Amino acid sequence: MALTKADMAEHLFDELGLNKREAKDIVEMFFEEIRTALERGEQVKLSGFGNFDLREKKERPGRNPKTGEEIPITARRVVTFRPGQKLKSRVEAYAGNER
Amino acid sequence: MTKSELIDVLAAEQDHLPYKDVEEAVRKILERMSSALASGERIEIRGFGSFSLHYRPPRIGRNPKTGESVALAGKHVPHFKPGKELRDRVNQAFQRERAAQLDVDHDDEASAPPLQVAVSS
Repeated sequence: MALTKADMAEHLFDELGLNKREAKDIVEMFFEEIRTALERGEQVKLSGFGNFDLREKKERPGRNPKTGEEIPITARRVVTFRPGQKLKSRVEAYAGNER
Repeated sequence: MTKSELIDVLAAEQDHLPYKDVEEAVRKILERMSSALASGERIEIRGFGSFSLHYRPPRIGRNPKTGESVALAGKHVPHFKPGKELRDRVNQAFQRERAAQLDVDHDDEASAPPLQVAVSS
């Protein structure tokens, strides 16, 4: 089972006493504000969790996997995530299935 | 944008909520996400992206100072895959910036490569 926005809103409702509407809105806006900052070309740094960085990729040759036709992959900007030290240490200790 | 700037923006938008509650909500969201990953649970946020764990097998490392070999255990690392909406919004904004830049170059009568906006993923 994966963690979803609904689970997070439920968690805020249980733990903070926000009503369901407020909890749902704040979770929605949390992700929307991060998207908006990245769209503006701004890095997002969430201490203790990690950084969302932007990288610019140059145009490179590509291929249509269906037809095998060569088409250039245009220059683009992509989002990458660099986990912070605290999150990395917590996750490193996870001893579950090797995936 | 930092965590405290994010809290400021959210507090300004949710002005019926005390600042303290917004601050606490952001802290709780991040803590819930971290604890999910620490227990091997995935996170799926539609339109934003998904977080999962990737496994790094054990390997022989080297102490860079002494050159000595050290056995490193296998471990999990957090991995983020951006969702379609996030990818598209970030890249479309970038293409608009490039187009604007090319216009400026054109006005300067500098030669610029044609802009291609074909998106393949």
